[in-house]
Amino acid sequence: MASLANTAGAGATRTRPNGRRRNGMILPRVISGVIILFVVSIIVFFTTQALPGDLPRLILGVDATPDQVDALRVQLGLDRPPLVQYAEWITGVLRGDWGTSLVNGRPVADVVGFRVLNSFALIIIAMLIAIPLSFVLGVLAAARRDRATDHALFGVSVVVNALPDFVLGTLLVALFGTTVFRIFPPVALIPVGDLPWWHPASLVLPVMTIVLMATTYLYRLVRASMLDVLDSDYVQTATLKGLSRTRILFRHALPNAVVPAVQASSLVFAVSLGGLVVIEYLFGYPGLGTLLADSIATHDLPVLQAVILIIAATFFICNLIADVISARFGTRTRNR
Amino acid sequence: MTLHESVHTVAPAAARRGGMARRVLKNGQTTTGMALMLGIVLLAAIGPFLAPHLPTEIVGRPFTGPSDGILLGTDVLGRDVLSRVLSGGRLLIVMSVAATLIGLVLGTIIGVTSAYVSGLGDFLTMRVLDVILAFPSIVFALLFVSVLGANPVLLVVLVGVAHTPSVARVMRGAAMTVVTRDYVLWARSIGIPPFTILRAEVFPNIVSPLMVEAGLRLMWSVGTIAALSFLGYGIQPPTADWGLMASENRNALSLQPLSVVVPIAVIGIFTIGANLFAEGLGRIVARTEGAGA
Repeated sequence: MASLANTAGAGATRTRPNGRRRNGMILPRVISGVIILFVVSIIVFFTTQALPGDLPRLILGVDATPDQVDALRVQLGLDRPPLVQYAEWITGVLRGDWGTSLVNGRPVADVVGFRVLNSFALIIIAMLIAIPLSFVLGVLAAARRDRATDHALFGVSVVVNALPDFVLGTLLVALFGTTVFRIFPPVALIPVGDLPWWHPASLVLPVMTIVLMATTYLYRLVRASMLDVLDSDYVQTATLKGLSRTRILFRHALPNAVVPAVQASSLVFAVSLGGLVVIEYLFGYPGLGTLLADSIATHDLPVLQAVILIIAATFFICNLIADVISARFGTRTRNR
Repeated sequence: MTLHESVHTVAPAAARRGGMARRVLKNGQTTTGMALMLGIVLLAAIGPFLAPHLPTEIVGRPFTGPSDGILLGTDVLGRDVLSRVLSGGRLLIVMSVAATLIGLVLGTIIGVTSAYVSGLGDFLTMRVLDVILAFPSIVFALLFVSVLGANPVLLVVLVGVAHTPSVARVMRGAAMTVVTRDYVLWARSIGIPPFTILRAEVFPNIVSPLMVEAGLRLMWSVGTIAALSFLGYGIQPPTADWGLMASENRNALSLQPLSVVVPIAVIGIFTIGANLFAEGLGRIVARTEGAGA
């Protein structure tokens, strides 16, 4: 899970005894969040506008006359001061006008729109499987603490969590798509205009990759927060009172696991978003990740800016949600 | 200096550290993890000398299976897969270690200082780091690589910088519990310079979480750099590289699976080793803290 890198700081949140003080931190975090997104947009714009080479020349090719190149430069607005370019771009973005693609002349919003839908569909389908599965496995591991089931699950999670997403994805393709069994298509090409869930077989392997990454991380948070409760005094009392183990597990321990799991889910969503670039490339899935790779290759500036801005904003908001939940409920998600 | 030494004796961590090293060496997870990493590092280091062919030498038709003298078959251009696996790890591992070190050093300095300063300075520092944290590390790297081109030094710096905010957060959290302890407050009150306090009192107490971070960061560095090569924006052809090999040969996954599976297996073994080390160490630290409290 290479892309866990950026969120792990939040994921490894340590116990902070001063929960009350952190409660007061939520509003400043949200306000600074807006400022940070603004700074992010500045970084995205100015980094990409500095693309090497003469962009109009790149688009028109070597045969173009200098007049044509200059005309396109004016048309793209590259002749104006960078600050003016940025101001126009960001006001456009806020109004929903994302400019036009340099490759096919279509509005960026149209190009990006269905890719966002595809990518989010992929992650959401994976999360709908991963979250319930994590709860089942987390409860199972907590109930069978330190026994064979628990150890086996831990072993699997250490191995799967360690694998970079393209390694995990490629292994799944080798196992289920091409080399060993040929059950599922090794590529997930969704025709333009089709909705991803019209092609369930194509989705199996990319979804499975994300589910495996997410579940092996999430179930441990569920397990850890269940064990916190099982170790607590009031559960000890409940046990002594003679309450059944099942009742203790489901009525007392399970609700306690919900908050950290929601928090972790937003983290996992964020992580999947980062992993998406590689996973979509691997499966040829037409989402934001492949669009990012394509727009870098074709120097399609407006699309590149839009994609990175969308990914960064979503990623940031997911992390912020996780942080705010963590501050509000004082949960900790440190793995045991 | 005698004053400083007497301050040091109050700190409990220094005394625990010897015990820590012993526990790490006796723990099954950490030792297995270190052995796996060491194995792959050795493979990457001496592999180029053992390779039967040059990594760029064409030895047969593309995508042929294993045969005499070509143990793992050939790749997309008919080059020897075994020789490319043996030669393809050095750059990846050197780059990953360098990126990890950059992230750890920058992150620790920023995190610990931020915890020590506290207040507004702390808040602002963490928010500035949030800007980097808003990008998934691979997207962060792609943003700059798309502009500046893929060169190894740039990749190392980018991945290192991408690690920095997360490391800083963890180290800040760890340092936070130390800077409020009596002996640190006392050292501050009698005017010992901040740098001396951070180095002699705070740092020894946060070595354990730093080592856990080191394992995790190394794992993610390898993953990110290999993934960038896989996408075509990392290590460039014709260099032999495990991530690049997975990408070059993946269309022949059913025809010549060894050309893909062997390189990704080596990457996987290394990252599993790093994760085992971090997990094992994390458990030891949690247990030690639990016993000490």
